[in-house]
Amino acid sequence: MRIPAAILTLLAGMALVLTGLWVGQNINLLPEDASLNAPVYDELFKVLFSIGTILLIGIAGLIVYSLVRFRRVNGDHGDGVAIEGNLPLEILWTAIPAIVVLFVGIYSYDIYERMGGMAPLNDHSMHAMHGDAAEGRTWAGISPVAQGADASEPTLPVEVTAMQFAFIFHYPEADITSGELHVPVGQPVALTMKANDVIHAFWVPQFRLKQDIIPGQPTLLSFTATKAGRYPIVCAELCGPYHGGMRSTVIVDEPQTFADWVAQNSPAPAPAAPTAIQS
Amino acid sequence: MTLTLSPASPPPASLQPQGWLRYLSFSTDHKVIGLQYLVCGFLFYLVGGALAGAIRTELLTPISDFLPRETYNEVLTLHGTVMIFLWIVPVVNGAFGNYLIPFYVGARDMAFPRLNAVAFWLIPPAGLLLISSYFIASAAQSGWTAYPPLSLTTPATGQIIWILSVLLLGGSSIFGGINFIATILKLRRPGLKLMQLPMYCWAMLGTSILVVLSTPVLAGTLVLLSFDIIAHTGFFNPSLGGNAVVYQHLFWFYSHPAVYIMVLPAFGLVSEILPVHARKPLFGYTTMVYSIMGIVFLGLIVWAHHMFTSGTPPWMRLFFTIATSFIAVPTGIKFFNWLATLWGGKIALNSAMLFSCGFIFNFVFGGITGVALAQVPFDIHVHDTYFVVGHFHYIVYGGTVFVIFASIYHWYPKVTGRLLNEPLGQLHFLLTFIGFNLCFAPQHWMGLNGMPRRVAEYDPQFELINQVSSVGALLMAISTLPFLINVVLSAYRGAPAGDNPWNALTPEWLTTSPPPVENWHGEPPLVEEPYGYGVEPGELSLAATSGREIWAVGDPDRKP
Repeated sequence: MRIPAAILTLLAGMALVLTGLWVGQNINLLPEDASLNAPVYDELFKVLFSIGTILLIGIAGLIVYSLVRFRRVNGDHGDGVAIEGNLPLEILWTAIPAIVVLFVGIYSYDIYERMGGMAPLNDHSMHAMHGDAAEGRTWAGISPVAQGADASEPTLPVEVTAMQFAFIFHYPEADITSGELHVPVGQPVALTMKANDVIHAFWVPQFRLKQDIIPGQPTLLSFTATKAGRYPIVCAELCGPYHGGMRSTVIVDEPQTFADWVAQNSPAPAPAAPTAIQS
Repeated sequence: MTLTLSPASPPPASLQPQGWLRYLSFSTDHKVIGLQYLVCGFLFYLVGGALAGAIRTELLTPISDFLPRETYNEVLTLHGTVMIFLWIVPVVNGAFGNYLIPFYVGARDMAFPRLNAVAFWLIPPAGLLLISSYFIASAAQSGWTAYPPLSLTTPATGQIIWILSVLLLGGSSIFGGINFIATILKLRRPGLKLMQLPMYCWAMLGTSILVVLSTPVLAGTLVLLSFDIIAHTGFFNPSLGGNAVVYQHLFWFYSHPAVYIMVLPAFGLVSEILPVHARKPLFGYTTMVYSIMGIVFLGLIVWAHHMFTSGTPPWMRLFFTIATSFIAVPTGIKFFNWLATLWGGKIALNSAMLFSCGFIFNFVFGGITGVALAQVPFDIHVHDTYFVVGHFHYIVYGGTVFVIFASIYHWYPKVTGRLLNEPLGQLHFLLTFIGFNLCFAPQHWMGLNGMPRRVAEYDPQFELINQVSSVGALLMAISTLPFLINVVLSAYRGAPAGDNPWNALTPEWLTTSPPPVENWHGEPPLVEEPYGYGVEPGELSLAATSGREIWAVGDPDRKP
């Protein structure tokens, strides 16, 4: 006696879901996480990766099964079954994706809020201290500082200028200008970014953060680094022939090391050369 | 157009060239124009493919050593522009649309045959102009997106030629769109209802609506951009008080719908191919129609998801996230319907079917990464990286180009009267499928781990994966050979196909192969059930002959 098809289907479905969940949790495609944002992002990634795996394997399985099971036998010129539709079934597979994308949308909104992305624009209280209130309008990127608003931990303001083909970092408090970004572990950093020539983008893959730097629109981006180390800063927007060479480094130090670096560099403002363009 | 020629009198000696020369002429025959689009598009595909080869060669090593940096940016700009505007859009719309739509509506030609010829003949000059810009001065270097201020600061001649060329191609596309809308709505054979049209008609109707609504916006934008370049106006130039982000909004208002302009016709073509080779009716005709219209509507209101890192306000990000995610619903309906079409059929595992199934797999992959990209926090990390490059190649190559090949295998017998060679076709599929996935799947990982797009040099940690990707690209290039050999040899030596080798029911098969000039001798057939395959569930008999006799061929009583 054969096992009923419904039971086999149920088992296949369960195996599929378990595989998807296992893949989402155990296969890591992401680089190291080094900011407060990153673990939140990785959480979203795992959920999307699980859902995606279940869908892809499920549909690929259905195609392969159909092609094998329903392949035309030699000499058979007959037709298949004349089923032209099934309204309840169609309602089902409209409703399920709708619920899934709604869930994903709400969940990612929640993630986004936890990352601080919903901070209101034109929040002058935030950037007035950076002295660019005269610019009139600062466009917010992701800014977790806005959400936390913790007075205990003062933010470290840094002014970023992007140009063809380098980033220049200026620390207004210590009056340091550097071609590399030095930040301490655990302290929120507020970048005020501007570009003078073309559009660039500031991306640190390990921070899961990216923000375009658009001429005429100073942009604010905040983050808190969580792991000491050196991470690449990558320009992600085509900005000219040396776009691929427009890279820098963010050096995340322990607070003491960072204080030493500031002390070493601040009295005599020795502007380091902007990151050299590799040829 | 529906006037019947008296069959007795042969057409008078025409000033139009006959034979193969008519393919180089200003022919107004929709079938000739369709083939002109197809062959012309394929030649540009070879050009675009060669450019892709140059890109993948450059990326074999982490340093910029194969092409000069400016040339690399010219190459990537030309690659994108050629593939989109000269290969995919003209072929899925112009080529198959022109060839098939008049058949499907029971007409003898398109509504505006001369406009149709004009639309095609805009393409070769525009394409040659674009490519010649590389030799005249230097081609545009700012990517196919041409974002200002970069496009204002790169050499002006190349950028202006690029704009001119895209304007011509956009014009061609609009002419085509108007023609398709008029043909589908107004040239239907008397008695043929809208809801009896083959699905490709609906797809082309939706696509043409998108073309007509959104292409003029691109044209206007590019005119403004050219003013900024030539006349030093400041529409998009921040240093003159302009706004660079406004350009992005206007550009993507066309260029996101452009994705649907490229995939909706492919959806339509697959809906034609699957039922024939699975010997089953298209599952859920009505929901397919509504989902096309849903995609058209949603496709117009999702453009800003390309701009999540451009400093868009939070409410806008939220709106565009939700709207973009919801496109997955009508798209999902179509995919489930195709799977249901396959289910329980008698599937012929031929090249057309394999390419169609390859399309379903690739597009589902691209759709999943697409829904992920719609989520703002996800997108912020991978925006403008190789993840996006992988994603959209899964959509436009894995989606549309696979369908173009499936369609060629499916309709070649109609066009030439001969069958393509099956083993060569299956080799073509195998090489393309493996090469494609090898080329583009690893790019998702590169993007997640820190490789931005449009770079000639990159972090050495990505070297090995880039080489794997380049091997995939090489396989894709090789896969073109069996296809070309097959197409050329079969035209002379292929097995005769007869009029209807697939036992299909749609009207293009109810005439000779190749079809006569005005499509049918005698009245166009009235096909009320284009997908009437299959035996009723109750009377399932293995010996059943193919197809129900449901069409009325040339019923003279129907004509008033």
